[in-house]
Amino acid sequence: MSSAEAPLLSVKGLSIPLPPGFDRDYAIKDITYDLDAGEILCVVGESGSGKSMTANALMGLLPSYLKPSDGSIEYKGRDLLSRSEEELRELRGREIAMVFQEPLSALNPLMTVGDQIDEVMLVHGETDRSVRARRVMDLLDYVGLPDPKTLKDSYPFRLSGGQRQRVVIAMALALEPSVLIADEPTTALDVTTQAQILDLIKRIQQAKGMGVIFVTHDFGVVADIADRVVVMEKGLVVETGPAEQVLNAPRHPYTRRLIKAVPHRRAEDGADASSPAADDVLLEVRNLNKTYRSGGGLFAKPRIVPAVQKISLTLRQGQTLGIVGESGSGKSTLGRVIIKLTPSDGGQILYNGKDIAPLSPAAFRPMRQKIQMIFQDPFASLNPRQTVGRILVDGPLANGVSRAAAQRRAEELLARVGLDASAYKRYPHEFSGGQRQRIGIARALMLDPEVLIADESVSALDVSVQEQVLKLLKEIQDQLKLGMIFITHDLRVAAQICDSVAVMRRGEIVEMGPPSQIFDAPQHEYTQRLIAAIPGKGWDPQEAAQGSYEETV
Amino acid sequence: MLSFTLQRIGKAVVVIIGVIILNFLLIKLAPGDPAAILAGEAGSGDPQYLENLRAQFGLDRPVPVQLWNYLSGVLTGDLGFSYRNQVPVLSLILERLPATLLLTGAAFAFSLATGVLFGVMAARYRGSALDSIITTLALVFYATPLFWIALMSVLLFSINLGWLPPFDMETIGAGYTGWRRALDIAHHLILPAVTLGLFYTAVYTRLTRASMLEVMGLDFVKTARAKGVPNKRIIRRHVLRNAVLPVFTFASMQAGQLVGGAILTETVFAWPGIGRLMFDALMQRDYPVLLGVFLVTAIVVVIVNFIADLLYRIVDPRIGIA
Amino acid sequence: MQNLKRFSQNYGAVLGLVILGLIIAMALAAPLLFPGNPWRTVAMPLLRPMENPDFLLGTDMLGRDIAAGIAHGAKVSLLIGVVSTLVAVLIGVSIGALAGFYGGRVDDLLMRFTEFFQIIPAFAMAVVLVAIFSPNIVSITLAIAVVSWPGVARLVRAEFLSLREREFVQAAIVIGQSGPRIIMTQVLPNAISPIIVTASLMVATAILTESALSFLGLGDRNMMSWGFMIGAARTMLREAWWMSFFPGLAILLAVLAINLIGEGINDLMNPHLRGRKK
Repeated sequence: MSSAEAPLLSVKGLSIPLPPGFDRDYAIKDITYDLDAGEILCVVGESGSGKSMTANALMGLLPSYLKPSDGSIEYKGRDLLSRSEEELRELRGREIAMVFQEPLSALNPLMTVGDQIDEVMLVHGETDRSVRARRVMDLLDYVGLPDPKTLKDSYPFRLSGGQRQRVVIAMALALEPSVLIADEPTTALDVTTQAQILDLIKRIQQAKGMGVIFVTHDFGVVADIADRVVVMEKGLVVETGPAEQVLNAPRHPYTRRLIKAVPHRRAEDGADASSPAADDVLLEVRNLNKTYRSGGGLFAKPRIVPAVQKISLTLRQGQTLGIVGESGSGKSTLGRVIIKLTPSDGGQILYNGKDIAPLSPAAFRPMRQKIQMIFQDPFASLNPRQTVGRILVDGPLANGVSRAAAQRRAEELLARVGLDASAYKRYPHEFSGGQRQRIGIARALMLDPEVLIADESVSALDVSVQEQVLKLLKEIQDQLKLGMIFITHDLRVAAQICDSVAVMRRGEIVEMGPPSQIFDAPQHEYTQRLIAAIPGKGWDPQEAAQGSYEETV
Repeated sequence: MLSFTLQRIGKAVVVIIGVIILNFLLIKLAPGDPAAILAGEAGSGDPQYLENLRAQFGLDRPVPVQLWNYLSGVLTGDLGFSYRNQVPVLSLILERLPATLLLTGAAFAFSLATGVLFGVMAARYRGSALDSIITTLALVFYATPLFWIALMSVLLFSINLGWLPPFDMETIGAGYTGWRRALDIAHHLILPAVTLGLFYTAVYTRLTRASMLEVMGLDFVKTARAKGVPNKRIIRRHVLRNAVLPVFTFASMQAGQLVGGAILTETVFAWPGIGRLMFDALMQRDYPVLLGVFLVTAIVVVIVNFIADLLYRIVDPRIGIA
Repeated sequence: MQNLKRFSQNYGAVLGLVILGLIIAMALAAPLLFPGNPWRTVAMPLLRPMENPDFLLGTDMLGRDIAAGIAHGAKVSLLIGVVSTLVAVLIGVSIGALAGFYGGRVDDLLMRFTEFFQIIPAFAMAVVLVAIFSPNIVSITLAIAVVSWPGVARLVRAEFLSLREREFVQAAIVIGQSGPRIIMTQVLPNAISPIIVTASLMVATAILTESALSFLGLGDRNMMSWGFMIGAARTMLREAWWMSFFPGLAILLAVLAINLIGEGINDLMNPHLRGRKK
């Protein structure tokens, strides 16, 4: 595993132009980096940085409108770009293999898992059926899947996300390739599953001495697995170096900015300064229940999913209550039930002492303005056919405010969330994700709510934008003394913004307490596992960014 | 699987009863009294005769009673008597049904087979001359009136070229039996089945092509390419099955529509099926026959959908075992 | 403006527009080009096409001018095609919107009702409706509308079901907008493009259905129509092919033109299905 000899893979001056009509004229420009055998190279960047582009280019998987114009990709000393499609096909799967982001869609839904792994060997000339069958079993076992015998005959829909990703990895390993490309392989997974998959990739990389190109947006993940790092911004490589150096002594201002934006525990947390009095209680939830029933009929058993079970919690004025959990934990359902987008099955929701749970939609509508929501997806949460102004004033108009007053308020709030007054007349598609999320925040504030529910409101944003939106939310809350319920899957984000955190699993709150308890001394076994799975724990991004703080401001 | 079957049968019964009621009420809405029309044709204006006719057909009872009588009759397999022919409706229909099933079945098989084939070819060679030709032809046949293409084929293949017989289901008076007869019927079947099926060939071609192109853009196809699977095999093993499934579902849902088209085809080709029977019954205000045809059609459609569902469950592992 | 430019680059759609424009012009100009009643005998019977320059497309067995029939017949086809589609879209959108937005019981009930209409072959149903209510332009239009709305209802329902779960609709509920208001201002505007595409294709189907009804003798007796001309020519197929050929060609062109336009609109509204642009 010495890197004294020529690198395994060498990208030199690679440029890929974009067809006319895009906001820049190249997807990536003059990209140069090497991959040695036996190392994990992380390519990191935000969306639109072109980080996946090189990976796809060297697999020959670029869409037809993208063609490299300059440069070369040398694999074991020979340029891949000049090879014929048939030569490349031979190489794919045998020498260079790939793992994708979405395990849900990366497998053929109509083919058994075993057949899909089998196929890699078949198309690369392994004609002996029994040899392939044995290898399939070995592989399934090797990537840590239970009961390979039954599993090989299962269809992908039967498997969890993490299991599917293991299948994809098994497929990639089938012919022991010397290069593995992993394109955001853990982004779609829960944090505990992510930790397991990262371990797996690291383990097999070490065992097989492969070179791994690992594309990611998450510096926490980089800290966990990278040997060397390539940082990309807008199609350019801005910094390359050993992980140690890039993470702890970043040289390029963009790298520093990214690292500084990584969500983290607030330093000044400690003994909550404003321990609110009991009479400040805004919202109290008691024994709340929600069970989903689907399917079923005269002769069929319905599917029953208990999404929220006997949940009780209290929200005070000026408090941010974090609700964290993995997918399927019921955290989003809890938010939807509290705001009555989904009817509850039992329990009370006391708002200022009045139980709103039994109210009919019509009876509750006049009270809606006091409890507002900020949604997850900045692209789906704004009606594409309405102007921003219309989106903002709709709420007050529905609640009997005059148009002129509503318009004045909208203009104020646009300024408050940091948008230009001209935004009023424009349409959502003219704004970036972060700007749209600001519009969503303004919409919620239009009605002067007392309670704000933020459902994964920063999850879809790049870290640097995420940091700004979190800052805005914090400011607004300090200023308006709202009670905020902040629902997130990202423990680091919860640590940064919440005064109190509730951890949910399978519809129940397993542990609730101040961040100091949850993060430093978790009591419940599940919380402990969650905390242990946070990527990049051993690394302090604040400290890393500190040295250069003055320059970036 | 058993609970699924029971569930589907329960649902089907409800739908069929709904269809019966809907049709029954529709016919009751019709202006004019069938008894008066019959009497008028018999040349009798005699009120007593009219009264007798009404009583004979049960038309003197209140509509809900008539409906109830009809429904309970249907449950015992009695679809009533034809006003005109004085024979049980059921036997009239059963006599004609095989001809229509043969015609629509052949048209269905023809359109599905050719449609999927052309659709796959067009998608496989997207942007090529072949793709353009297939897409254009599909567009043209999608716009061609069924009865006109039938007439034009008769003009070309029967009158001008003399290759195919222009009407009837078999050579009258030839007295063929066995294989000879089957061949004769097949010979007569070609024109009606193909002209009835062409429109649907166009529909399935377009659908298959679109579906193939969509599946080709999915992630798992990219996975297959990354595995080094050759293009041909990707199309065959990964794209085709995923793309064709929705086409089959749509086709099975549309199968009943062929019976509508059969009215036209059977008219043009003098094909002795229930489409023509229905049309004649309608023109003669022979409502029990009309209702019977609708009922039988609905049952056939429900059965076809059920079979399609069953097949779908076998082919697609995701459904059925929720 | 940009849309117009993109549309004009779609040759099929432009061709469709040109053909449809010509057919509309022909329908409007029919009283001038072929004054008088198209049912009337104007020449020798069974003139072949081009035989007499005054009757380019020939005459039928009663000496009626085929060209005049085609020109006058355009009106019925276009009128019934457009009006029946409007009626069907109105019914279908109302039912689909209610079913999709409110879901649950309402949805079950409305969809079962829709199913009844779908299980009977559409054309057979249309034939029965027209025959029972005696053939005239109103009954034909309504019959076609009655058999075409279920498709729209299903489409709109599916659109509403998915749009209802979108966050901007959830947001509208949260800010306290009323149900009907959400349907009209939030959901419907976002479902309009597939509705327009379907409607344009439905006009084409309606023209086909109208012609088939007329072919069976279920057309309006007071108005010349293409389907009727073909129906009347059936028995003369051997002697006078042109009697059925030209009206059929007219139907084909009209339907083709409208389909081409519908596809053009579809491409325009779903640009992601064509090239990949940001």
